[in-house]
Amino acid sequence: MNDCVTIGVPEPVFAEPWHAQVFALTVHLNETGRFAWGEWAERFSTTLKRHGLSRELDGGDDYFHAWLETLEAFLDEDGGALKDEVSPIKDAWEKAYLTTPHGAPVALDG
Amino acid sequence: MRPMPHDHSDHPHALLPPDPALRVKALETILTRKGLIDPAALDELIDTYENRIGPKNGARVVARAWADPMFRAALLEDATRVVADLGFYGRQGEHMVVVENTPQQHNMVVCTLCSCYPWPLLGIPPGWYKSDAYRARAVREPRKVLADFGVTLPEGTSVRVWDSTAEVRYLVLPMRPEGTDGLSEDALADLVTRDSMIGTDIPKVPS
Repeated sequence: MNDCVTIGVPEPVFAEPWHAQVFALTVHLNETGRFAWGEWAERFSTTLKRHGLSRELDGGDDYFHAWLETLEAFLDEDGGALKDEVSPIKDAWEKAYLTTPHGAPVALDG
Repeated sequence: MRPMPHDHSDHPHALLPPDPALRVKALETILTRKGLIDPAALDELIDTYENRIGPKNGARVVARAWADPMFRAALLEDATRVVADLGFYGRQGEHMVVVENTPQQHNMVVCTLCSCYPWPLLGIPPGWYKSDAYRARAVREPRKVLADFGVTLPEGTSVRVWDSTAEVRYLVLPMRPEGTDGLSEDALADLVTRDSMIGTDIPKVPS
């Protein structure tokens, strides 16, 4: 436990901005009725188990990687965001970051 | 000299977020374009969880239960209703159950499924609560886990581990420390640590 239990050290609520984003996105989709929380927990648990087979998860970044993977698969399955739709939009965001001058707001065209 | 692409002092372009961040942005973009999400609601949720809810909510509930026997009885009877009446945020339809520590029984909470947790009272769980190590060991060897947290229980105290689910989320009501007679609810709440409401700590003794 020594490597995973840090006692008395204040931790940020979310270690990375994308952890907060993917968390909020999932809670929002639940609140708007896209899926029941129990259904989400069951799928997420399955992903965690699969990831945990190959290595011990520390509950940090790996936890949210599993979370994101679960949400992507869920939205691909229910048609909310198909894998084929996600890939070009992700590439477009990457290009937008790489072509936007430092300090300027990054936005997608169109 | 030409600046390095990721030299922080002189970026030629905006700093590229890590791959998962771009994947989340892509999901958000698609869902927003389809009208399935409201980006403002996401910001509101993040603000809520980062700034407005957290273990202070749970500590207030525990302190009040220590100070007010009627409130304590109601909390143990139907925590979901009491927490809703207090106006604490929670919309996942979770059923909240409060389990009380006694000299005979110490309670400890885990979620072996994933990381189910009483968000309205404790906020987002700490990393260790989500780790495989805690999730596996809390059930198998709770006393050793407690020892890792620096908690040693008297011989005669049993340990009961409660496994949270998406539907039922547990909160531990710790025992009120000795020497706290006459303290205000605010002063009592300061003694309640987050981990004491998960069962991996005991409240601070007033100095």
